[in-house]
Amino acid sequence: MATRYEQIMARKGEIMVRALGMDYAEFERGPIAFDYEGMMAAHGYSLADIRGIQRAAGVGGTPLLELRNLTDLVRSYAEPGFGARIFVKDEAANMAGSFKDRRASMSIHVAAKKGYAGVIAATSGNYGAAVASQAARAGLKCIICQETFDSRHIGQPEIVEKSRLCEAFGAEVVQMTVGPELFFHMLELLDETGFLSASLYSPFGVSGIETLGAELAEEMRALTGAPPTHVVVTHAGGGNTTGTARGLKRAGATSTEIVSASVDLSGLHMASDTDFNRKSFTTGHTGFGVPFATWPDRADVPRNAARSLRYMDRYLTVTQGEVFYVTEALAKLEGLERGPSGNTAMAAAMSLARDLPADATVVVQETEYTGAGKHHWSQLAFAREQGVEVRAGDPADNVPGTAIVIPERPEQIRAVDFDLGRMHRSYVRNALSRAPEGYVPTPEDIVFLAEDTNTSPATIEEIIAELRAG
Amino acid sequence: MTDAVRCSPGDWVEVERVLLEVAERAVGLPADTAAQPLRVWVKGYARSEAMIGDTIEVETMTGRVVSGHLSAISPGYTHTFGTPPAEIVHIGRDLRARVAAYRAAAAAVAGGMASPEAGE
Ligand SMILES: Cc1ncc(COP(=O)(O)O)c(C=O)c1O
Repeated sequence: MATRYEQIMARKGEIMVRALGMDYAEFERGPIAFDYEGMMAAHGYSLADIRGIQRAAGVGGTPLLELRNLTDLVRSYAEPGFGARIFVKDEAANMAGSFKDRRASMSIHVAAKKGYAGVIAATSGNYGAAVASQAARAGLKCIICQETFDSRHIGQPEIVEKSRLCEAFGAEVVQMTVGPELFFHMLELLDETGFLSASLYSPFGVSGIETLGAELAEEMRALTGAPPTHVVVTHAGGGNTTGTARGLKRAGATSTEIVSASVDLSGLHMASDTDFNRKSFTTGHTGFGVPFATWPDRADVPRNAARSLRYMDRYLTVTQGEVFYVTEALAKLEGLERGPSGNTAMAAAMSLARDLPADATVVVQETEYTGAGKHHWSQLAFAREQGVEVRAGDPADNVPGTAIVIPERPEQIRAVDFDLGRMHRSYVRNALSRAPEGYVPTPEDIVFLAEDTNTSPATIEEIIAELRAG
Repeated sequence: MTDAVRCSPGDWVEVERVLLEVAERAVGLPADTAAQPLRVWVKGYARSEAMIGDTIEVETMTGRVVSGHLSAISPGYTHTFGTPPAEIVHIGRDLRARVAAYRAAAAAVAGGMASPEAGE
């Protein structure tokens, strides 16, 4: 007899069609290709429409700040003539404290318009608070499913803080122990309530981030006369990179280099009960960043609107200790006390700016709020309690889950380039392995894979030949 | 969190239940996770009087009725900011001094070039 888990998973298609608020089937072109731009445009909202919806929802229009002290700090150790100007878009100024309000505002708008009584999202991060806040304003009910505790009932303080904030905004928070069956329970709840699935990965949500890219392009033009030369984006599931890059392009910033950045958590297993509380970051890390970039359609929607390999020009990793150092530096030098995920891009930006000429402009496209639980002191105290070593030294000696090494000097902050070629190969391997046994990719598939990786059909053919040769 | 062990109808409480027993869990989990049941905690308004550990129904904020073992009465939050780690506290002082030194040196260079002595 099928278990409860198997019974619900077998009904996944049926439950999701009702809960998603759109039909993905019309965009499918075969086992590999689908019409991405068609899917993104199907909701019919222009960038101007989205701006209007967000303005009414109290979202966006956050300040863009130049960080002159941080820039001079970097210049103090950069080669003469180097040290780009560093800017930040203070997304923590959104109501629920992060850029996730932009995503949530669109899902909530759609839920209200289509007459859903409420929304459900599976998220342990800022998105839950954003959905809860927007749902409260729209008078909709809200359930947030969170992976909160390990099997000892010990919660990552950052996630516990997220539970608190979601509840503060009137959401029902379903807290769970570690495991991917979170998705199964979300399906059960969608089935029971008939609410909209406010997925992080829907075209509604990802389109909502385009305003961030467009705003910062316009604000940089006003401030410096040109769009930024570089934008650094904290990257996990890929929506942040995708939406920001699309918005920049819409605003005409076509030559801006898109640099995604994640905290290196290599070696830690994301579904492991024991590893769960040995990490000090709950998002913006490689544990999400790499799998989602190389296989976006692992998400809770049939086709993921967040497809980061289409847009990233570089992918940098930094260590937990480097981000904590930069978090402290930002507060003390710039009067900006902000949370860890946004500061992941900030750490990468300091390293990047050091190697760029002084007239280059680097924008960190977001900050997030901080507070009890999320704060770097809180995270370091928790790491120590979990048996992770915290010490000062060379951050290159950092070992995820074992040792957090806080730099002694800013020169030690050195982001590492992740090999994009490796990500492209891994993406193509994943795409092929999802197609039926013996399926031969069509010319349309090859073009799709080239677009989805921002490479060329020739590169895709080469990768396929390589994979065939074994 | 209060120390109360008995709740009354209408009190804000938390219930706990097992969502999936070990045998019911998904396949392919890491061994440490697979060895544990999947547990869930939900908060709501108690629908009856109960003692900690009793099975009870709660009505959640969305109006769902959920049953489980009463695990907390007036569940609150105790997470904190922690204490300043020694590895962090020096950063602000160090970096402010570095920025000041950099600017002083840059001003000296600029001032030196503009000064009459340097020019004549
Ligand atoms: C503050 C913050 N920055 C960055 C990210 C990463 O965004 P994405 O998952 O879209 O890549 C998240 C979400 O997890 C976040 O909450």
